[in-house]
Amino acid sequence: MSFYEEMQRYGAYDFEGFFARIAGAEIEKIIIKNHLTERDYLALLSPAAENYLEEMARKAHRLTVQHFGRVILLYTPLYLSNYCVNNCIYCGFQVNNRIERKKLTPAEVRKEAEIIAATGLKHVLILTGESRKDSPVSYIRDCVEILKQYFTSISIEIYPLEESEYEELISAGVDGLTIYQEVYDEEIYAQVHPAGPKRNYRFRIEAPERACRAGMRTVNVGTLLGLHQWRTEAFFTGLHADYLQNMFPEVEVSISPPRMRPHLGGFQPRVEVSDKNLVQYMLAFRLFMPRGGITISTRERAELRDHLVKLGATKMSAGSCTAVGGRSEYYSTGQFEISDERSVSEMAGMLYSQGYQPVYKDWQFLSDGK
Amino acid sequence: MSDILKIGDRELTSRLFLGTGKFSSNKLIPDVVKASGAQVVTVALRRVDLEYEEENIAAFVPKDCILMPNTSGARNAQEAVRIARLAKAAGCGNWVKIEVITDNRYLLPDNYETIKATEILAAEGFVVLPYMSPDLMVAKKLVDAGAAAIMPLGSPIGSNRGLKTKELVRILVEEIPLPIIVDAGIGRPSEAAEAMEMGVAAVLVNTAIATAGNPVAMARAFGMAVEAGRTAYLSGPGEILDIARASSPLTGFLRDS
Repeated sequence: MSFYEEMQRYGAYDFEGFFARIAGAEIEKIIIKNHLTERDYLALLSPAAENYLEEMARKAHRLTVQHFGRVILLYTPLYLSNYCVNNCIYCGFQVNNRIERKKLTPAEVRKEAEIIAATGLKHVLILTGESRKDSPVSYIRDCVEILKQYFTSISIEIYPLEESEYEELISAGVDGLTIYQEVYDEEIYAQVHPAGPKRNYRFRIEAPERACRAGMRTVNVGTLLGLHQWRTEAFFTGLHADYLQNMFPEVEVSISPPRMRPHLGGFQPRVEVSDKNLVQYMLAFRLFMPRGGITISTRERAELRDHLVKLGATKMSAGSCTAVGGRSEYYSTGQFEISDERSVSEMAGMLYSQGYQPVYKDWQFLSDGK
Repeated sequence: MSDILKIGDRELTSRLFLGTGKFSSNKLIPDVVKASGAQVVTVALRRVDLEYEEENIAAFVPKDCILMPNTSGARNAQEAVRIARLAKAAGCGNWVKIEVITDNRYLLPDNYETIKATEILAAEGFVVLPYMSPDLMVAKKLVDAGAAAIMPLGSPIGSNRGLKTKELVRILVEEIPLPIIVDAGIGRPSEAAEAMEMGVAAVLVNTAIATAGNPVAMARAFGMAVEAGRTAYLSGPGEILDIARASSPLTGFLRDS
């Protein structure tokens, strides 16, 4: 059964009623449990659990140190192309925005790679808008062929692919997939994706499953916080991660909790998600999935990111740039404004000062080895 | 009395092996190794970065130690074999700890794939130390496959739960003619001592040291515990009885006559 079918169990579920029934005593019991059910996870996302954030934080910290150690894996995004045929109303790259469209040439990819590689990073996340005409799988594969000369782990954050296309990119050297459902609520999803192939909710939500079947090593899912009520969105993200881990135990599963940032077009978040809400989400997820990764991007400001290091984060971006070719001479509009502009070495310095080790390399591209 | 642990063609005097993951800084590693007295240190090849000396975890392992790359991240025998070959090509020597894990929830090893990888790599001349779930039949197959030692888990990696597999490990100690090294799950020095007392050849510790408040001091404690446990084993501990046996028996005089 796919996750899409699996989540229909909650089709008519009364989340508000559930949250209203949760009392503090129940949260206390859940926090000390060794193994949390999905109902426990939902309870930790309730308003009642807000009074127990410190207790949750202590356990989350302990679990994270136990399973991941005092280390944070660093990576950086590399935007290859901003051509896009969708009009997601919350995105700076959407088709109706009049921005200069750009796709990196092989020489430009090499130049960006050299600049990133000079920082010592070995993990890179490549991104494109959705345009099978301008950034087809063959283009992405060609970029991967260049990038694997510089990096030992290449993840993709692109439009959803067919299983055979994931296989093609994996054989070229891709080992990780990031794909956000953006919003798990199907009605809201239809509202914020009024046109384009991205309207196909099911094709997107089942993309991680196709990637896992194709042999992807790591998969990162998420909801874009700000599009809908965060508690239920966080719940479905956790369920999605849990489903993937159950179905594909060999895959490293992680989540991202990205919050909406200002961008060209000026769409305002439909729902405010405070720092406190974000922290509650991270802690609840850590208690629910002690070995699940949590990725924190530069959407969050430096001061908050410094605190999140000890609250369950396992992977952070550094030296980020959301514009195509933004690291070299060429400059274009970014997908969104970043909040933490620190360089890789500044991030490393911050981590060391907190008693954490910045990890630059945590995967080895496996060539044929013959 | 010399008490040498022979693995491959190397002779070891320390029976504590160390892992290098999870430390807050690689700079701790030399001090931890020194305090523990360890002579074998394992490093995940996925973390080895020959191009970035400053952050290259392997560069922090003292040169007089045996560097034992491990295949962390391998999901099947084929990937483990590739990682081992890459490690050798990168100059990490010919020792390898096979780690094939297809379960990210508990990080339990896949014994079947581990046997396959062991067979291939041993035939290529590697000194192979396979990490496995303790199982007598699997251990025998690993012996046949050419393993240099067998590394059963005490409890799941990083769990610090101690020697939960004690009875199964005890059977391996009795039946398998290779060094048995308890790898994973040892959370406290007393548990390392317990394993050594029952006759395992060595223990491998990582999380319990790396995540301790003072890793260097904890490394020293583990070194001492392993030595104490080994000495106790060699000295032949008294048997455990159901009834009391007085040190000066009341009826001793009957036998004296």
